Amino acid sequence: MIQVSHLTKRYGEHTAVSDLSFQIEKGQIYGLLGPNGAGKSTTMNIMTGCLAATSGQVTVGGWDIFEDAAKAKKLLGYLPERPPLYLDRTPSEYLTFVGRAKGLAGAELEYQLSYVMEVTRITDVSHRLIKNLSKGYQQRVGIAQALLGNPEVIILDEPTVGLDPKQIIEIRTLIHQLGQERTVILSSHILSEVRAVCQTILILSKGRLVACDTPENLERRFAGAATVELTAEAGQEEVRRLLAVLPGIVRLDVREEGGKSLVSLESAGDEERLCREIFFAFSRADCPLLRMTTARAGLEEIFLELTQEDPAGAAGGEPQAGEREEEER
Amino acid sequence: MKAVFRHELTSYFTGMAGYVFGAFLLLFAGIYTVVINLQSGLANYEYVLSNLAFLYLIIVPILTMGAVAEERRQKTDQLLYSLPLTMTGVTLGKYVALLVVFLVPTGILCLYPVMLSAFGTIYLPVTLGTIVGFFFLGAALLSVGLFLSSITESQGVAAGLCFVVLLINYFLSDLSDYFSTSAAAAFWTLTALIVLLGVVFRLMTGSRPASLILAGVLEAALLIGYVVGGDSFDAILPSMTDGLSLFERFYPFVDGIFDLTSIVYFLTVIGIFLFLTVQSLEKRRWSA
Repeated sequence: MIQVSHLTKRYGEHTAVSDLSFQIEKGQIYGLLGPNGAGKSTTMNIMTGCLAATSGQVTVGGWDIFEDAAKAKKLLGYLPERPPLYLDRTPSEYLTFVGRAKGLAGAELEYQLSYVMEVTRITDVSHRLIKNLSKGYQQRVGIAQALLGNPEVIILDEPTVGLDPKQIIEIRTLIHQLGQERTVILSSHILSEVRAVCQTILILSKGRLVACDTPENLERRFAGAATVELTAEAGQEEVRRLLAVLPGIVRLDVREEGGKSLVSLESAGDEERLCREIFFAFSRADCPLLRMTTARAGLEEIFLELTQEDPAGAAGGEPQAGEREEEER
Repeated sequence: MKAVFRHELTSYFTGMAGYVFGAFLLLFAGIYTVVINLQSGLANYEYVLSNLAFLYLIIVPILTMGAVAEERRQKTDQLLYSLPLTMTGVTLGKYVALLVVFLVPTGILCLYPVMLSAFGTIYLPVTLGTIVGFFFLGAALLSVGLFLSSITESQGVAAGLCFVVLLINYFLSDLSDYFSTSAAAAFWTLTALIVLLGVVFRLMTGSRPASLILAGVLEAALLIGYVVGGDSFDAILPSMTDGLSLFERFYPFVDGIFDLTSIVYFLTVIGIFLFLTVQSLEKRRWSA
């Protein structure tokens, strides 16, 4: 649907986006994730034709966003970071203008207006001035604007910033609903948000794509060894003796506290098998296990690792993004 | 273009700008009509318009200051860029809306001489010709205002800049009397202007070689003109500044000459400034 190839954007000396390539498939919800200043808004602005790239190309449905701007833009609905609203107009006047600019007229315009206002639930406030609406309603007017003209792709730049938790949930539900029939691309610097609604995550760091995959795959690919933590009612020496015979333990850390041992260890292989062996080993030795948990590096850690200052992290991630692209082709 | 036009037009009449513009123009037109036509008993409505021309210095900035600057400040320009609109369409839509807002009080002005002719002999062709000239002068100034609004994010700066530019233009023909008529002065002044143009070009495009080439070519042309031109170079400064004055092009209408070259001149100015506005909007895409 959207093909971004070798996109670079420089502002004087500063490189905001550097050699960015990815592909957006039809009918999915994509999340563009990255810390502040990673180039998310710049990328989205270029994808929607609001900004020219220094080099590289963006095509939407086969149309170049700059060469065949009118045709490409008809397929897009865009909500920038700050909703572009005329504050001294009413939502209904505002949406009428946007609809006309998108080439709608007459009954078709009327139909689409009532449809987008219903979907975004702003019909009740459609005759109040936009400046008197709450932030949440303003955001919805912005989304309604993007939906007009029934575009195939909706691009939303940080759609939930500045909203209260209830509004965030409402907007997320709306995005989820939109994603059922359209392609949605949203950006965020909040991981939980992207995980909650997106099927594919693109992680940007310093203008580079460091990963592009489903949340599950990302967790599987980037997660390191699993950690097992346990508390046993035994001395440090005994615990070490029991664990020493078990295979597959890479790192072991034992601490004694009030007659109990707190153990943290890393498993090289299948952590469930290891847990089973630990359980039987301790039970044979009549040593009660009070607690045992396993943990794997979650998306949060992966995200932090991929986007940290150290460029080595980025270099490690890049082949993954490439692989994913290959798979898609 | 039509969508932008309709949107802009309703904006002017839902806000204050359209009414303030019209009210100002009609208030002063009324005052001058009373003073010139009623109290002094002159049968020349064109004198009213000739006096009224200075009012453009105030009302044009008021009307045009927000045209593009406000979109930038509110970030609604991003909407215009993301919609399937061309920047030419956006500029034309905005400009035609400005013209319509301007046409309303001008239309009302046309009624004055008709009403006055009931009480005396008014030579209507000259009066109507002057109104046409008055309208074209205003239209040209509005295009200048629109462009100046497109180069800044602040309405205040746009209005101030527009006022200063129009003020200089208003007094340009008076100023031209004070310019030196020597060829050397003309050469150095034009050289300074070329350097200035080069710097502006460099700032706008960010391309150092292009600005150097532009300045070099112009300077070479100037040098050739200076060497070959000889005497004709002498009075070039005063005549150039005189030629740039928009207001000076309006006064022949008042004297009863329907000057087509002036109309062409105004249309050219409109074309140039609308083109510059489009470029200014396009440029924003590259550097914003």
